[in-house]
Amino acid sequence: MQVVVLTKSVPNTTGDEGLGPAFRLDRNAIDPIINPNDEYAIEVALRLAETQPGVQITMLTMGPAAAWPGLSKGLAVGVHNAILVSDPALEGSCALGTANTLAAALRRITFDLILAGADTSDGRAGIVGAAVATLLGIPFITHAGTLAVGNGAVQVRRLRDDGHERLEAPLPAFVSVTQEVGDLRYPSLRGIMGSRSRKPTTWSLGDLGIEPADAGGARATTIVLDVEPPQPRLPARIVAGEPGAVVGEIVEFIAERRIVS
Amino acid sequence: MSGAIWFIGESEDGRLQSSGAGVATLVRQLAAAAGADAVGLIVGSEPERAARELAGYLPSVLWARSAGADSFVSPSAQAAVIGRLVAVRDPGYVVLPATPAGRELAGALAARLQWGVLTNAVDVSWDGRPIAHSIVFRSDLKVRSAFAGDHGVITLQPNVVTPVLSGAAGTLEEVAMLDGELASPVRRTELVTGTAAASVEHARVIVTGGAGVGSREGWALVESLAASLNAAVGATRPAVDAGWVGYSQQIGQTGKTVRPDLYVALGVSGEVQHRVGMRMARAVVAINTDRDAPIARYSDLFVVGDLAVIVPLLIERLRETRPSGLPG
Ligand SMILES: Cc1cc2nc3c(=O)[nH]c(=O)nc-3n(C[C@H](O)[C@H](O)[C@H](O)COP(=O)(O)OP(=O)(O)OC[C@H]3O[C@@H](n4cnc5c(N)ncnc54)[C@H](O)[C@@H]3O)c2cc1C
Ligand SMILES: Nc1ncnc2c1ncn2[C@@H]1O[C@H](COP(=O)(O)O)[C@@H](O)[C@H]1O
Repeated sequence: MQVVVLTKSVPNTTGDEGLGPAFRLDRNAIDPIINPNDEYAIEVALRLAETQPGVQITMLTMGPAAAWPGLSKGLAVGVHNAILVSDPALEGSCALGTANTLAAALRRITFDLILAGADTSDGRAGIVGAAVATLLGIPFITHAGTLAVGNGAVQVRRLRDDGHERLEAPLPAFVSVTQEVGDLRYPSLRGIMGSRSRKPTTWSLGDLGIEPADAGGARATTIVLDVEPPQPRLPARIVAGEPGAVVGEIVEFIAERRIVS
Repeated sequence: MSGAIWFIGESEDGRLQSSGAGVATLVRQLAAAAGADAVGLIVGSEPERAARELAGYLPSVLWARSAGADSFVSPSAQAAVIGRLVAVRDPGYVVLPATPAGRELAGALAARLQWGVLTNAVDVSWDGRPIAHSIVFRSDLKVRSAFAGDHGVITLQPNVVTPVLSGAAGTLEEVAMLDGELASPVRRTELVTGTAAASVEHARVIVTGGAGVGSREGWALVESLAASLNAAVGATRPAVDAGWVGYSQQIGQTGKTVRPDLYVALGVSGEVQHRVGMRMARAVVAINTDRDAPIARYSDLFVVGDLAVIVPLLIERLRETRPSGLPG
């Protein structure tokens, strides 16, 4: 079974992000990591590989070449192959453009199951997966907590606000997953050493048969008009000390603010 | 006149979904500013009642009933129907709530129509075209963005607009389905409901517990403070991972986005992944032993202290002197 995991490279959010020209994230200037939610998708793929024979896992990323070092963690935990779709013309891609490009790459490989994260920590759009599946004409199920494959279908359990449900789709299918997947594995030292020298298969737009003028910023469907820093927030009133007095402050705050009109 | 602005609603147990009324209100206001028609659309197994509710907010509502016994209508099938209607009726823009269901439908529609998507708007204004306002990144940058062309899909944070009835009942129109149009390869094989805690998404007061609550026994304090404030219970991810509370109550990047009048954070550090879910709260009170916890920067009242000591006292004091201005 061929499993493809869509893994985006995102900035490691430990500082304030730098914005480059045209208010885009300067993706070359920041320490890139695998989008944390996509690590759950990798985990699900690895669990499938442990429970059934013949599972081959490929990571697929659209992003700059500089994304690679952060993505190699996927190989270190056991992903078999990595494909990086990278082309200067892809810079400035909108969400739809990203989906179109990923779908074009997926048409060049065989897959039974495509996995992705529920959303990304930088964009938080949560739309690319369903868009890719729709472009490929395959069924999709989003926000899976657990997943099993059998009888040519994928079975998913996912939470609802008021309970849970199980859904099933015939393969090939697309499934996005959430943190409910549970604990992630850490790469072993051997895994890290082994992945170090490996490089992803890199595809340019030309390899996908896409004209540069038909992709990326040139075809972006959305534009950023302006970006403003937030209004500075008044510093908090800080209270400490004798618990009885502190509790009085809290009750007063609630009354004073007329919290609910 | 610009192309109509559509709101794609959903029915939940036959009613309009809870986020629907607010998003529909924004669509009505946006369309008025644009001089365009505001139209609601509901596709579902029991769409009629939800459609009637929606007609309280929008001047015209289309609805379509899925045939078949199963109440589950897959988003890909919905997208196919909506895509067909869009092609025939030619609206300008489509707006959905940025909920899990709204997002997946937005993705499927964008792909089908090849329209751009502006996501997670906290407001949409009109200036010859829709302008989406959003808040991004750790540093809470305020971004305004627009579509390059004359069409697009917008996802709106579900609780940023207060629902306001239009004052007139909109027209209702049933749309016929094509044969087999809603057939889907995705099947629902099990549905278990009725295990819900009070939803955080529309709560006016939320009491959230974090890792600092420490234990399942400690969690009872969170629940009892919530009860005395008539609040919904929220949680950080470590509290959910520890099994003290269900995932439905998680607030943050991979949980809910909330906008209460009062947010009480107990033992919550305020990491960015949590903060993106609560940064629109109107007032924040935090209790934390660590004076330097990041949440101090996003609080209005920051109490340095042990929640295990302060919360029981607070509950007691609230019982004695109910402060004015609490709901219910
Ligand atoms: C992809 C991804 C998605 C995520 N999504 C979410 C999300 O949706 N929601 C979310 O919340 N997190 C999310 N996280 C996790 C997030 O990064 C933080 O780890 C989490 O929010 C921290 O939770 P916490 O504040 O409960 O715990 P901690 O960071 O451990 O903080 C506990 C706090 O309690 C205080 N404390 C301890 N004892 C006491 C006491 N007795 N009295 C008072 N205070 C005390 C401590 O000083 C500390 O500030 C996500 C992370 C990733 C990588
Ligand atoms: N550039 C990309 N390369 C690979 N996968 C992506 C990319 N962008 C988005 N994805 C996948 O789509 C999911 C949803 O992304 P988004 O819609 O941007 O929130 C992510 O969790 C990834 O699995």
